[in-house]
Amino acid sequence: MADKKTITIAIMDAPYENARSTTALRLIDLAAKRGYNINVFAYEGAVLQPFAAQTPHPNAVHGRNVEEENHFIPKDAIAALMREAESNGGKIDWVNCGLCVDERGAAAAIPGVRRGSPADFWQMAEASDNTLVIATR
Amino acid sequence: MPRYLLIESRDPFDSNDTRFCCDLAQQLAAAKNEVTLFLVQNGVLPARLGARSNDLSRLAGSGVRVLADRFSLKERGIDETRLAASVTAAPLDVVLDALAEGAKVIWH
Repeated sequence: MADKKTITIAIMDAPYENARSTTALRLIDLAAKRGYNINVFAYEGAVLQPFAAQTPHPNAVHGRNVEEENHFIPKDAIAALMREAESNGGKIDWVNCGLCVDERGAAAAIPGVRRGSPADFWQMAEASDNTLVIATR
Repeated sequence: MPRYLLIESRDPFDSNDTRFCCDLAQQLAAAKNEVTLFLVQNGVLPARLGARSNDLSRLAGSGVRVLADRFSLKERGIDETRLAASVTAAPLDVVLDALAEGAKVIWH
């Protein structure tokens, strides 16, 4: 594919805390639809985005069970994005900062997520057509 | 001509540093760069006509293209037809296009 691109995105926000996470996933989704290769470097709280122990829950206040609540689970969204990228000829290389993982006890990540360091971020940026850093405030 | 896409995710009602993007955009445009300011998340709030939209109008007058993320507008119940004249609704694809085309993309 002549116009196949590789984009690196760095994120830092933990799930459920800021709209930046939604925007980052929306960007990854668009890139996956285009068949781009997408590198994601998750730093600080963002290493919890693909945390494998995330569990959907019911909503007792509104009287909804787990299925009715259909709660958004970031790890499932990320797994779906990985499948989407692959089905369009691209791939998502998701790197979790290792020290950030250790600090948070977040080693259990979904398949397709690997452990790395800021050096990986530099290497990914070097090998990419472009890089976007979505920093926390 | 070098291209810049500045992404403003903060709103002036909540943050006192939203001048950063406007000032930077203005300076980059004055230095003969092609500059787009893309408003996203709560950053779209000043795109409403009269709601602190003067800065954006001034910016557009200095040659900066000002866009507002359509999804963020919809999330906040902001009608696209009631935006300041200087602001145009646009999809998030604008950001990906800029990245793919090698523009310098800065998030704020």
